[in-house]
Amino acid sequence: MVEQKLRVTLITGRTIDQGVAKELGKGSQEYFDSVAICFLDPSDIKKLGLKNGVNVQITSPYGSVVVKAKKYPYGAISGMVFMPCGLWANAICSDETDSIGMPTFRGFTVEVEPAPDKPVLTLDELLKQQFGK
Amino acid sequence: MTEIIKSVVCPICGCLCDDLEVTVENNEIVKMKNGCAVCEAKMVHGYKSDERILEPHIRKNGKLVPVSMDEAIYKAAQILTDAKYPLLFGWTSSASETQHVGVELAEELGCALDNCCSVCHGPSVMAIQEIGIPTATLGQIRHRADLLVYWACDPWSAHPRHVERYTAFTDGRFEKSEFKEYVQKLKGKASKKKVEAAIRRTQVRYQPPPRPQTAIVEAPPPTLAKTGRKMIVFDVKKTMTAEVADYFVQVEPNSDYEIFGAMRCLVNDQEIDVDKVGGVPVEYLKEIVDAMVNADFGAIFFGLGLTQSVGRFRNIEIAIAMTRDLNRKTKFVISPMRGHFNVTGANTVFAWQTGYPFALDFSQGYPQYNPGEFTANDLLRRGDNDATLVISADPGAHFPKSSIQNMMKHPLITINPDWNAISRLGDVVFPAQWCGIEQAGTAYRMDSVAISLKKVVEAPKGVPSDEEIIKRILNKVRVIKAQKTRKDVTETKNVENKKI
Ligand code: SF4
Repeated sequence: MVEQKLRVTLITGRTIDQGVAKELGKGSQEYFDSVAICFLDPSDIKKLGLKNGVNVQITSPYGSVVVKAKKYPYGAISGMVFMPCGLWANAICSDETDSIGMPTFRGFTVEVEPAPDKPVLTLDELLKQQFGK
Repeated sequence: MTEIIKSVVCPICGCLCDDLEVTVENNEIVKMKNGCAVCEAKMVHGYKSDERILEPHIRKNGKLVPVSMDEAIYKAAQILTDAKYPLLFGWTSSASETQHVGVELAEELGCALDNCCSVCHGPSVMAIQEIGIPTATLGQIRHRADLLVYWACDPWSAHPRHVERYTAFTDGRFEKSEFKEYVQKLKGKASKKKVEAAIRRTQVRYQPPPRPQTAIVEAPPPTLAKTGRKMIVFDVKKTMTAEVADYFVQVEPNSDYEIFGAMRCLVNDQEIDVDKVGGVPVEYLKEIVDAMVNADFGAIFFGLGLTQSVGRFRNIEIAIAMTRDLNRKTKFVISPMRGHFNVTGANTVFAWQTGYPFALDFSQGYPQYNPGEFTANDLLRRGDNDATLVISADPGAHFPKSSIQNMMKHPLITINPDWNAISRLGDVVFPAQWCGIEQAGTAYRMDSVAISLKKVVEAPKGVPSDEEIIKRILNKVRVIKAQKTRKDVTETKNVENKKI
């Protein structure tokens, strides 16, 4: 059965493509392609009735962002959504540090829903939207 | 003119690989050898891309406009002296020489000083302060370790040559590499050229033979009991690193603390009354612990999966406690996988200058340390600081949205070589040389070994080093402060004269 929304645990981290792209420049197409994305388990993609590469909206108590959904290539991650470190993932992370300085970047529940008609904002659009500059 | 420069140090990640061979033609890096994909992206392409900042900018009427260096320095110093409590943040992609001047500037301003450590391995530093750390240099590990454990990190993505240079895939003096055997076998079959191509490819991405993929934790393979170099990976998801490991253990998110606790029990020969911990059957954990106890020299590397998950520094503390327990039975070391190439240097320099590695405050005239109070995200969250200077870091791309929104309420000065996210948001934006490409200096590898970075090309004209910029800001701050004091004294005198 196709579900409207999926509640999953957010994991953020590095990928080699993000590593290469950040060195090429944060404004580069490579950076956008490798960071404005999220990875889901193939079974979760199916549950949402999605196709690989379709836009999804991820919402947490701290914010909401639209990114492209991809199948996680290395193994099962059902019940999780993995986002490469970067501006798009940070849009839904919290600045709660548990009083030790480290914000909450992962390990909390988020909602993923299909958003085929919503655009993925570019770096400059996202900066403008979030910070007005 | 073509020049080949050998033993160049890569200024990107905490591995600080020092075996790069860089070809320079007409003051431009045109190709390189030995670097990983990330290194090549920066050293051959990224450093000279269109994203480079070539002159200082100041935001006027909402737009960044180019200005002279003198104007930018004056403006920055004015912002910092006008503010009651600025925050100086970043420092981890600068040479230690710059970090050193940074401490002086913070002291002069009586402000907060923090480095990127607070959003990466700050919890590790705190745990180390709690219970110490049994560790070793990467050289020791390379030559001696027969059991490598990567916990909650993916070096294949974040430190691409770590496995190849320092651990499982390198031939040490006393431990041979399985990977080299794999290449040897290949050599028998293929011509030299093909092998070289294979090695080159593997340096970027080693494609191992396919393994069955399943969400359930597989039983430990029989190879775990064999002698010789082995690699175990613990992570919440399968990664490239996990694919090349002898054994991958998929743990449930936020369950690392429990698993370490269970493993400590097993190391200390205690029984556990449950079947599974953190999604991992206890019988598998027993086999893993057996392999650990039977190793001659084990090394655990851990990453942000531990420091950023629930438990934060307590996760590291218990990991170190487990390593300490293991040392009663065999030799075991543990080491954080530090990210930015000189984040270890920032901790080291701040610590030898002030006594504390990050999360510093100088408002009382002497250094105070308190993570949770003087760490960048806490200051921003509470709205404590009223100006920010960011140097050689990109919190714009790596801080939570709300922190940056708070940062934007006050003036922002940035010092970065390129238009990264934070430079785009700055009010005073400085260009800077690429440290380790256009500027020499000292950096500390993730195991705290100091390494000298080389300068391989000249910086574009008019682009100074970040050290020079910080020094100039410091001097200007002193001048403005002296003027202010003189003005205050004159005003007080005038008031007193009027009274008389
Ligand atoms: S592993 Fe790190 S230090 Fe080594 S070449 Fe790659 S990016 Fe540079």
